[in-house]
Amino acid sequence: MELAARYRDEGADELVFYDITASPEGRSVDREWVRRVARVLDIPFCVAGGIRSVADAEEILNAGAEKVSINSPALANPDLIDALSARFGAQCVVIGIDSQLTEQGYRAYQFTGDPERTQESGRDVLSWVREVQDRGGGEIVLNCMGSDGVRRGYDVEQLRSVREICHVPLVASGGAGAVEHFTAVFTEAGVDAALAASVFHSGAIAIRDLKRDLRTAGVEVRP
Amino acid sequence: MDAVIIDSGGANLASLQFAFERLGARAHVSNDARTITSASRLILPGVGAAADAMQRLRNSGLAALLPSLTQPVLGICLGMQLLFQRSEEGSTDCLGILPETVRRLQAAPGLPVPHMGWNQLNRLRDDPLLEGIAPNDYVYFVHSYAAPVSAITLATADYGIPVSAIVRKGNFWGAQFHPERSAGTGARVLANFLRLE
Repeated sequence: MELAARYRDEGADELVFYDITASPEGRSVDREWVRRVARVLDIPFCVAGGIRSVADAEEILNAGAEKVSINSPALANPDLIDALSARFGAQCVVIGIDSQLTEQGYRAYQFTGDPERTQESGRDVLSWVREVQDRGGGEIVLNCMGSDGVRRGYDVEQLRSVREICHVPLVASGGAGAVEHFTAVFTEAGVDAALAASVFHSGAIAIRDLKRDLRTAGVEVRP
Repeated sequence: MDAVIIDSGGANLASLQFAFERLGARAHVSNDARTITSASRLILPGVGAAADAMQRLRNSGLAALLPSLTQPVLGICLGMQLLFQRSEEGSTDCLGILPETVRRLQAAPGLPVPHMGWNQLNRLRDDPLLEGIAPNDYVYFVHSYAAPVSAITLATADYGIPVSAIVRKGNFWGAQFHPERSAGTGARVLANFLRLE
């Protein structure tokens, strides 16, 4: 909660809350907690974590979230995307994709919140990106597992290939370690937004400084 | 009660209520005709699809009531679109309070649809709702359909083409963006709305 208020005050454009152990543990994110966040935030926020039904999503949206993000449950039951989109509109339905390079190319992974339960879903990332758009997903967050957590930059090459076939907003995730990484992913991969966690949590990059530098580099951002 | 939020059956009314709470104002949610008629100000929110929302308003009798209201009414996002004559979304007739047809945004490279994100307001006319809003302030949009720019447009936003961001006709205002999620600028719009008589 303190982090949420801090990022609001520092000029974050949107916050995403991942309860990453919800899916592997078979539960879903706490509604009361979503309400508390909604009370203090005056910027949009998205909630992810074990949202497996229209009823789950409705409770979370009614608690004050703008969007729900689904990842493992969408891979387990792709029809959930159609159902959520029909009920709440595509703009509420974010699809998270954890992508990792395998011998068969980039594949979508499930249950990545628990290393022991993480498994390859059998789905090719590009075909999954096409399918989720056809089913009514309104935004895609591509988390590139190969670059996640190592702070050496976003996977610009992979994001660019997804961008070519992605007609809904595309959010880059995984790998941010320096201001240049943000500049590169906006200018070279053409993503609509860049998501980062650890560099902000640790204070390694201040959001205000980042936005100033992005503006200097010619990327349009809200002051 | 400072404002009544019309329960049009969509989700996410809490974030609007919380936004009023942050302004120290009280807003409650109702679909009761008498409560709505006697409210000092009304918000018509909306998340979802136009045809569905219109069906719910017709079923509850509110579709006939809303055009007759005389107090300040602010439609937000889909709620603004419902004030218009018609929407391309589900090819539905809307409330007909405002002229024009709401049209689908055209996706283009660099302009994905839905349009989700912060855009600048470009003010065309002064209005009490826009008091204190700087010419290029950013507000948060989430939409796939938009109203064209017309004589009732107070401010536009550019998404490939200019679209109506804020409209007004008489006691009916509409905001295509979400003031409840547009940081300080959005809070100012809502505070201005609470001062409208």
